[in-house]
Formats: sequence, C-alpha cells, structure tokens
Amino acid sequence: MKKERTYLEQVHVDGAIWNYTMAGVFLLFPLILCILFNAVPDWNGLIKGLIATLPMYWAVGIIEVITYVPMLGAGGSYLSFVTGNISNLKLPCALEVLENSGYKSNSEEGEIISTISIAVSSIVTVIIIVIGVILLVPLEPVLNTPALQPAFDQLLPALFGALGVVFISKNWKIAIAPIILMLILFIAIPALNSGTVGIMVPVSALFTIGVSRIMYKKGLLAEKNNKETKTEE
Amino acid sequence: MEFSVNHWIIYLIVALIICAVTAQAVFFMIRALKRAKKINMPKEKIKKAILSSVIFTIAPAISIIVCVMTLSHSLGIPLPWYRLSVVGSLSYETIAAQNALSGMGMTLGSGTALNASQFVTILLVMTISIMAGMLLVPLIGKKLQKGMISLGNKDKNWRDIFQNSLFIGMISAFLGFVFCDFSAVFSGGTWALVPVLVMLSSAVMMLICGLLRSITKWRWINDYALPISMIFGMAMAIPLTSWLGTMPVAQAVTAVACLF
Repeated sequence: MKKERTYLEQVHVDGAIWNYTMAGVFLLFPLILCILFNAVPDWNGLIKGLIATLPMYWAVGIIEVITYVPMLGAGGSYLSFVTGNISNLKLPCALEVLENSGYKSNSEEGEIISTISIAVSSIVTVIIIVIGVILLVPLEPVLNTPALQPAFDQLLPALFGALGVVFISKNWKIAIAPIILMLILFIAIPALNSGTVGIMVPVSALFTIGVSRIMYKKGLLAEKNNKETKTEE
Repeated sequence: MEFSVNHWIIYLIVALIICAVTAQAVFFMIRALKRAKKINMPKEKIKKAILSSVIFTIAPAISIIVCVMTLSHSLGIPLPWYRLSVVGSLSYETIAAQNALSGMGMTLGSGTALNASQFVTILLVMTISIMAGMLLVPLIGKKLQKGMISLGNKDKNWRDIFQNSLFIGMISAFLGFVFCDFSAVFSGGTWALVPVLVMLSSAVMMLICGLLRSITKWRWINDYALPISMIFGMAMAIPLTSWLGTMPVAQAVTAVACLF
C-alpha cells in the first residue's frame, strides 16, 4: 500500500512542480515574443550579457538558497524564490508574523504561519503593483515628488531598525559579535554597499553561527534556552 | 506586428504570467489554511497572521512601484512590472539589463528606442541569470530542511540557537549596511547620518510600541508595531534629509530601497 505523504512532504512535491513549471513559463515568455514579433535574440549581446551577469547572480542565488531556506520554511521558500523581494519584504514579513504568533519557525505550526504570511504578502504585493501600474501616469508625479523620495530611499534602514529591536533584544548575547563585525566591515571597506549586502548576509550568518557555537559549548547560552525548553514542556 | 516596449500583447502576456505566480501563492495559502484547520490551530492566530502580513507589505510594495517607474523610462512599463513582480529587484534587473545592452553596444537610459531583438535579449539575460534560486530550492530545499530537523533531534537547544543565529546574522548584515557610507561623515558628509538616524528613529518607535504594549496590555499593538515603526522611520527620513542633505549620487540611493 502506498504510504500517505505528510504535509511537509506534499509541500516539497507541489513546490517542485510549481517552481519548475514557473521556470518554464518564464523561459517561454521571450520565445513567444520572438515568434510574435518575428525577432531573434542578438546572440552576441546575449552571450556577452550572460557572461557578465550569470556567474555572479548564480553564485549569489546558491548562497541565498542555503541561507534563506532554513529561515523561510518549505512552503515559504518555494514561494519566495518565485515571487522575489526576499530580504526586503518576504523574509522580514514572515519573521515578524512568526514572532507575534509565538510559534517556533521549525515547528509545523511555524511552517504553516510562515507559508500563509509569505503567500499573503505575495498576493498583496501583486495587487498593489497592479494598482500602481494602472495608476502609473497619475501616480508618477505623487510618488516621484522630491519631498517623498527620501522616505522610499530609507526603507531598509527603517525596516531593519525596527526588526533589529525585536530580535536583538531577545538574543542580545548572540547579536553583539556579528553587529560589531558588520559595523567594522561596512564602515572600513568602501566596496561594501547596497550591491554587496546580499553577499554579506551568509558571511554574517556563518560568523554568528560560529560564535554562537563557541558560546554554547562554553555554557554561555544554555541557561536561556533551557528555560525556553522547560516552558515548552 | 510592429514592436513597441509598451505593446498591448506584452502587457497581456505579463498579466497572464503574474496571474500564474499569484495562483501559486493562492495554492500554497489554501494548502496551509487547510492544514492549520486540520491540526486545530486557533483561527484567531491565523487571522492575525493574515492581517499583519497585509499591513506589513503595503509600504515595501509601494517602494516597488517606485522601482517600476524608475526602470520604465528605459524599458517600458510591462517589462519592469513583470520583473519586479516575480523574482527580481531593481538592482538585479538594472545590472542585468545594462550588461545585456552593453553586450549590444548600447547603454541603459540612453533614450534609444529598443527593437524586438534587443528587448528579447535583455529579457533572456534577466530571466536566465536570476533562475538559480527557483531551480535550486526543489533540488536542495528538502535536504536543508531535513538537516534542520536532524539537528533538532540531536540537540534541541542548539537547533533553536542555530535558527536564531541565522536571523541575527541576516539582521546584523543589514544593520552594518546602514553604516556603509558612515565614513563620509568624517569628511563633512552629514548626509551619511540619515540612514543611521532613520534606523534609530524606527528602533525607538519600536521600543515605544513595546513599552505601550506592556503598560496598557493592548496585545493588538504587537500586530502593528513593525509597520508603524517602519513608516515612522521612513517619514523621519524626510525632515532628516532636508536637514542633513542627500547623497551626491542620487541614483545609487534609489537602488538601495529596492535591493533584492
């Protein structure tokens, strides 16, 4: 008799089908345009463009998968890597909702909450962008007002300032070393900027895990987590 | 058929693809909701999760519209609409488009009207370059999850610390990024203080919300604290920028808001 799949196993099966199908759809789009407009790609430009772009993007993509999947959960990962805007929208959204729900991210309830949160965020984003595109002409003077521009420019500092308070206050022992390291690196190295912060996320995550492991082995983190475990029981 | 970057047929195809992506989100949401019901998760918590996600998403989504506007000047409206609704981001798409155009001896924003061949080439570079994540998740996502589960089975405490370390690592990188121009302050560039003060404003508002929550016992504050603090921080950027000035290269700053 065929063994019934668990919820998580089913998510992986459905996720793989959806992601490969969407990848096919995305690749079909330029092909359809070629047929409709009787055009062929500029092969020379395509190869040069891919050589300049693909190695870096794929390297970052691989690092992002390894770093973000354990945080996003299964359903959230399949969705996030198709809908995009992970670090500035989907991941903070899921983390915040999960934190308020009181569920642990590695529990089944946490997986469900994270999936719902990322799905809702994806749907709302699509709706807002559609409204934005429909109203692009009347909205452009408003959203491009020089007075409002600084607000949109500072979305990430505003987001991570608030999110930092939530997570750092609860894990301050873990947070000290990576924050100091990242501050030193970002202030001292001019090459680290908006374009390279994505690469620094796994660096910072690995460093934090390393420091936490040392602290945990030395018994510096055990007390709090033992308390948490007792509460759960 | 005569080509235009804003041709109705491109709008139509983009709309269909975005509908398909939305269908995936709806599918996963329904699946998760059914499971939540089956394991008797409190309805109230699910409703709260949905509401919080909606509220949280509004401000970042509006900033994505600003990114669509930025790219639409060079690539038309449907292509940025499509790329920023699926997978992409302003920084990714701008670099990919620029690299494709550069391979064809052109420059982004030069004002030259694109033909169908150039448009398709840009679209292919954008699409292929950014597919790693969506193709890799089905390949290694399950193994990564299993790794987390077996880590938890071996040592529950360490699994929780490991997970928290991932969150803190990501947040630390972005907090460091807020200070990436800070060295300019030493040479009189007061504008470099703006992101730092915005971050602090937002953090202070979050603390006030937490304080209000514990004094008043109003649990609903938890659901709105992050969007309130974020919007407060963004609003503070307006007077702070007019006081401390702006970064000399304005385009680079715009890219920051749309990263990833």
